[in-house]
Amino acid sequence: MSGASSLVQSLESAGVDVMFGIPGGAILPAYDPIFDSSIRHILVRHEQGAGHAATGYAQVTGRVGVCIATSGPGATNLVTPLADAAMDSVPLVAITGQVPSAAIGTDAFQEADIRGITMPFTKHNYLITDPNDIPRAIAEAFYIAGTGRPGPVLVDIAKDALQKETDFVWPSQLSLPGYHPQLEPENQAIKDAAALIAQSSKPVLYVGGGVIKANASKELMQLAELVGAPVVTTLMALGSFPDSHPQHFGMPGMHGTVGAVTALQKADLLITLGARFDDRVTGKLSTFAVNAKVIHADIDPAEIGKNRFADVPVVGDLKHTISALIPAIKAEFAKGRADLAPWLASMNKLRATYPLGYDAPKDGSLSPQYVIERISALTGPEAIYVAGVGQHQMWAAQFVKYENPRTWLNSGGLGTMGYAVPAAMGAKVGAPDATVWAIDGDGCFQMTNQELVTCALNNIPIKVAIINNESLGMVRQWQTLFYEGRYSNTNLESKRVPDFVKLADAMGCVGLTCDRPEDVDAIIKKANAINDQPVVVDFRVFRDAMVWPMVAAGTSNDDIKIAREMAPDWDSQEL
Amino acid sequence: MSTHTLSVLVENSPGVLARVAGLFSRRAYNIDSLAVGPTENPDISRMTIVINVESHSLEQVIRQLDKLVNVIHIAELKLSDSVQAELLLVKISATSKNRFDVDAVLDTYGAAIVDEDADSMTIEATGDAAKISDLLNALERFGIRELAQSGLVAIERGSGSLADRTLSTQSIPTADSGQADYQN
Repeated sequence: MSGASSLVQSLESAGVDVMFGIPGGAILPAYDPIFDSSIRHILVRHEQGAGHAATGYAQVTGRVGVCIATSGPGATNLVTPLADAAMDSVPLVAITGQVPSAAIGTDAFQEADIRGITMPFTKHNYLITDPNDIPRAIAEAFYIAGTGRPGPVLVDIAKDALQKETDFVWPSQLSLPGYHPQLEPENQAIKDAAALIAQSSKPVLYVGGGVIKANASKELMQLAELVGAPVVTTLMALGSFPDSHPQHFGMPGMHGTVGAVTALQKADLLITLGARFDDRVTGKLSTFAVNAKVIHADIDPAEIGKNRFADVPVVGDLKHTISALIPAIKAEFAKGRADLAPWLASMNKLRATYPLGYDAPKDGSLSPQYVIERISALTGPEAIYVAGVGQHQMWAAQFVKYENPRTWLNSGGLGTMGYAVPAAMGAKVGAPDATVWAIDGDGCFQMTNQELVTCALNNIPIKVAIINNESLGMVRQWQTLFYEGRYSNTNLESKRVPDFVKLADAMGCVGLTCDRPEDVDAIIKKANAINDQPVVVDFRVFRDAMVWPMVAAGTSNDDIKIAREMAPDWDSQEL
Repeated sequence: MSTHTLSVLVENSPGVLARVAGLFSRRAYNIDSLAVGPTENPDISRMTIVINVESHSLEQVIRQLDKLVNVIHIAELKLSDSVQAELLLVKISATSKNRFDVDAVLDTYGAAIVDEDADSMTIEATGDAAKISDLLNALERFGIRELAQSGLVAIERGSGSLADRTLSTQSIPTADSGQADYQN
């Protein structure tokens, strides 16, 4: 058979059921056997859409997402989603065609060194010029992408390798002498961690996206209830622990709750699970949780000690780690433990004093937070929510109520505007029975909305709420706060152009619009009732709404503001 | 800041040097020298990397390097536990008149003349960084026309071998590598 047939058979053997892509010259041989394959191929409108769709699919299912593109511009259009997947540890395999091996290095038509380009943000990548190497490379790619700390793997295949004859032999064994993810934590580390937890009188569970990757939500619940400590879930971890749980303190970080930020700041122990002390969480690192000892559990040893010294490093899969911690902690607690009551009392009081909130716009216009709150309330916690990047993303993180893992997708690490529509498309393909709401900004939406055509033509009925403040809202907020209101190039005028309803209609979607608070519920219900077509709702919201609380970039978490010029009243708190 | 010598065993595959160099560059680690060459096993190359970092980031460098799939093993070779050498080729101005003086210097450092003509000669020497530096100082008065120097290579003292300890690679059954359903 041809190398192309061997590739498609390899993808089938790896268990692929769907892939997102666009054909082109160098990958064309592969598209012939794809025509006959059992794998569903979804023809997107831009390769970036293919990459984010594969990410959305992977985030929702836990399986490896697959995208495919041709050489040169097809491959470079995958660069953003691959970098995005690397930052958020998403298991992805990207297949790209390459110019024929004899032409590599000659600046041939549509040639780009995509292996070289993607080295910094793939977990591993391949350039295949011999058709006999295809099955092994595909098998390795899926294994590497999906195990350990998940991440993207790119397999670039020269056109002649796709065209030449080969025998398909699926490898029965893989030999990767340099790749051995450690799943089981070391006993001593577990004992040390349990001892610190028993001694701590001000512990906090600092939970990151790793808990979701490890499918360890049930174990996390047991651990949290055993320890009784406040639980904070980072932007990547929302849904790993129910928002409704009394121990949940919300999201920490730049736009986190006062309760979550303060719990971390005042803690004497951070029980860190699959989080990475990102600058958006820590604020100014030297002032972050200065009195806390740190237990840092992660599957990636390089995360431990990268930003913050770990008193007890625990390398391992979180499902294994937490399962091992629970009996070890019980054994320690049987010997005695510190009293948490004063800590919990002061933290609960703080949380009750500074809940998330917002003011309704004085001019009677639509509040963006209200829209998002109502979408959540009327659609429920079984739905999947996908955001772009900016103000609407933070409001979606703050005001949607998450109860389940894998129901909140966003571009946390790279901060990719335009993520929402294609990622929602991939999410809906991965979870066809779930309602999928993309909560997008008018800026983000204009970067990737062409994938609504893909959705309309492929029966992928997602819903998009455009939080239209006719601005690059988060940049505008910073201009308000830090650039004296000089709104340089943040005015998108998107209440005037484009007409989002007409645009939706032109793309085969239902277009709705809403600009009055009293219409919000009816419009959301109407959108939720449409299940045979994608729906786009243009929510025309108050332009000057801002995201609060806020820790300004580069400043200390101690300087959190609950509104402009307003710091929490620390003096009245007994901490 | 201090200098550390890392001996890194890597798969002998295309692009591996770019992966390692790219890692150092994007994480802003400083490389003092880098030498790559074959080992006793044709599938494996050894990179000897000399870096100048704080001890905290040495650990980071090692862990980040270890994440590269083609990197099989990393060991820090301390000066006391290893033999370390650089190769120097240096072309100096020399004639039959000062040949006797040059020979005296070369004898002291165990260096040899590998090429010569009427007004120059090329000298080859190996040794640790201090010896090479001393030799260059001693040759300076003859006039150095050009020099080429390799990165440091190093090997552990004693009978042990990094490769013996690391190449018992277990194979991974591909049943694990397919699309397992990770959902709870």
